[in-house]
Amino acid sequence: MQAATQATIDFLKLYWAPLLCGVVIVAVLPLIAGYIVLVERKLMADMQARLGPMRVGPHGLLQPIADAVKLLIKEDIIPDDADKVVFWLAPVFSVGAALLAIGGLAFGPAFQIGVNLNIGILFVVGISALGIFGIVLGGWASNSHYSLMGALRSSAQLVSYETAGGMALVAGLLFAGTLNIKSIVEAQSTQGVWFGFLAPVAFFTYLVASIAETNRAPFDLPEAESELVAGYMTEFSGFRWSLYFLAEYTNMIVVASVATTLFLGGWLRPFAGIRWLNFLDFVPPLLMIGIGAYCVLRMPKQPSKVQQIFMLAVAGLCFVAALVLAGPVLLPFVKPSLAAAVKPFYAGIHGGFWFIFKVSAYLYFFMWLRFTIPRYRFDQLMRLGWHFLIPLSIINVLVVGLALIVGSYFNLQGWALLLATTPAALLALVAALVILGMEQKSQARQETSSVTDFYAG
Amino acid sequence: MLPIGNYLFLSMALFILGVIGVITRRNVIVVLMSIELILNAVNINLVAFSRLYGDVAGQVFALFIIADAAAEAAVGLGIIIAFFRNHETVLADEMDLLKW
Amino acid sequence: MLDKVIFYFFAAIAVSSAALMVTRRNAVHSAIFLITTLLATAGIFLQLRAEFIFIVQIILYVGGIMVLFIFVIMLVNLDVALHQLKFARQKWVALVVVLALAAQVGVMFWTTGKMQGQVWPGLNAAPVGKLPPGNAEAVAQSLFGTYLLPFEIASVLLLVAMIGAVVMAKKRA
Repeated sequence: MQAATQATIDFLKLYWAPLLCGVVIVAVLPLIAGYIVLVERKLMADMQARLGPMRVGPHGLLQPIADAVKLLIKEDIIPDDADKVVFWLAPVFSVGAALLAIGGLAFGPAFQIGVNLNIGILFVVGISALGIFGIVLGGWASNSHYSLMGALRSSAQLVSYETAGGMALVAGLLFAGTLNIKSIVEAQSTQGVWFGFLAPVAFFTYLVASIAETNRAPFDLPEAESELVAGYMTEFSGFRWSLYFLAEYTNMIVVASVATTLFLGGWLRPFAGIRWLNFLDFVPPLLMIGIGAYCVLRMPKQPSKVQQIFMLAVAGLCFVAALVLAGPVLLPFVKPSLAAAVKPFYAGIHGGFWFIFKVSAYLYFFMWLRFTIPRYRFDQLMRLGWHFLIPLSIINVLVVGLALIVGSYFNLQGWALLLATTPAALLALVAALVILGMEQKSQARQETSSVTDFYAG
Repeated sequence: MLPIGNYLFLSMALFILGVIGVITRRNVIVVLMSIELILNAVNINLVAFSRLYGDVAGQVFALFIIADAAAEAAVGLGIIIAFFRNHETVLADEMDLLKW
Repeated sequence: MLDKVIFYFFAAIAVSSAALMVTRRNAVHSAIFLITTLLATAGIFLQLRAEFIFIVQIILYVGGIMVLFIFVIMLVNLDVALHQLKFARQKWVALVVVLALAAQVGVMFWTTGKMQGQVWPGLNAAPVGKLPPGNAEAVAQSLFGTYLLPFEIASVLLLVAMIGAVVMAKKRA
């Protein structure tokens, strides 16, 4: 008994930080996902010239909490013919995989949730891909045609687009020369240029593939409401349904973080290597002050007293954040001897800010696409994946390798490497387009030669 | 790591379960899955010995086995789909075309 | 201590879900239990400090092959198979084979350490060598150095499998 207690204490001593982070992830991510949904609704409203949720809290700021309460107290329906155990398990599996993948990410130079894994980025990508089982099994277990169709579409879509996405990651990793997440960002820091600039084609491919992998519009075929009611989620309600929702939004955060780490320089400030752009360090505190000031300005226009107080509280939070962000930048001016002591704080706080900023920008792009581009047809989706993205990503890996050899031959480094990689990217694009054109030509020839087949495609 | 015997026992148990599945099940898809289980059991052995001797060669061979499993699954499932399209069955003892 | 707990935890999951996989009637349930077994095995790889194999197992085996399996199971609708016999009439063959295997393994375990000129250090051996740090790098060095030819052959094998699968599954026009 004594030994067991001792072992438990030793275990806790060693692993208290990851355990705490795990608890925080499980506790906080639903809230974050809820607020992402709120932002999405507000954005959609803005793009459609509406107001969006306005009633709960000032400008609907408490809407996610109201939604969560609503979802929790809804009736939990399990269809009679469903496979009960699998039906129960599927959403949990989806959420579990998504939350586990968050554990491999690094949000700043000093802040990583799990251990600093040797295989970091593969871990994140691989574990988050497991969420597909939740979707497929949930669709199967519902014992409904719509659900099964959604599940089949989902698995076919994931298998096709994961190839393209993985190849895009390979092209990016060629520049980094490591799989470790921290080392990837450090490589971008020492080379002085984000890999997104060096491998634009890979970034584009990953962008498209990540939209398809997270089942977001315009590739949300598995849950297309005009065709399949709600796809694999048709039979789910209440809490289970919200678990699927949580998994989808967590997966969005994961793919955005992977793209940020590999292509957008992780926690590095934009143009971190260039000295005369150091004034960019003042952008985060100024931004926070700006948001706070806007809140104060709008405060008198709120209809009720409670909302005014709430608005002031939000402004106060922004000012505190601005103070924290400004501290590491301003203190060295006041007292130069503090510069060394403050540096790790600067890296941590500002790193976290930039990381979250880039992830948000990526997510904003997702939402923008969703409100702009209409849904693809399923055969169009498959054609885009197999006839364009996969050849493009494979050719891109080849030419990026070639560009790296050329670059090392002429000893190009940093931004100069663009001289080698830009022609390579163009070459890859042209080659992929030529292949696509050849495919279409041969298809057109087949169609004209044979009798019209009404069931084709 | 624990003494190597533990890993060998685990691997043996999985291997034997896989063999039972291959011999007794009628559903060809489950038979294929049992083969995957057998390959997996072998992988445990390889990786355990790789750790025992501190040589990555075992892990490299485990990689080859995983690649082989992928190839086998692709071809096997292709055959199953082709057969199902013609004969509407995936049960091993109904595949008796050559017994006529 | 922690090592032991982790190993027995994953080993118990692996063996029990493998047994369930062989005995479930429903093919989808079998697939779910196989996924559990594979994940537990991945955990054991991690316990053996083989991180790269761990993640390859998860990405390729679980995320690739098993998705394919489930896809095919759903494609060939198996409602009919549910109401029929689960096992083929080969129980006795299976029993004999398993007994033979078990006997073989038993003899192996029994004689270990007792034979002349035996090179391996026996069942209770602790690690003899030390793995180089940086598992992914070490595997890559070995794979693209010593084992380059097998690697190329494996890629040819995959190509053949791909073409074969396409030819098999293609509809005759």
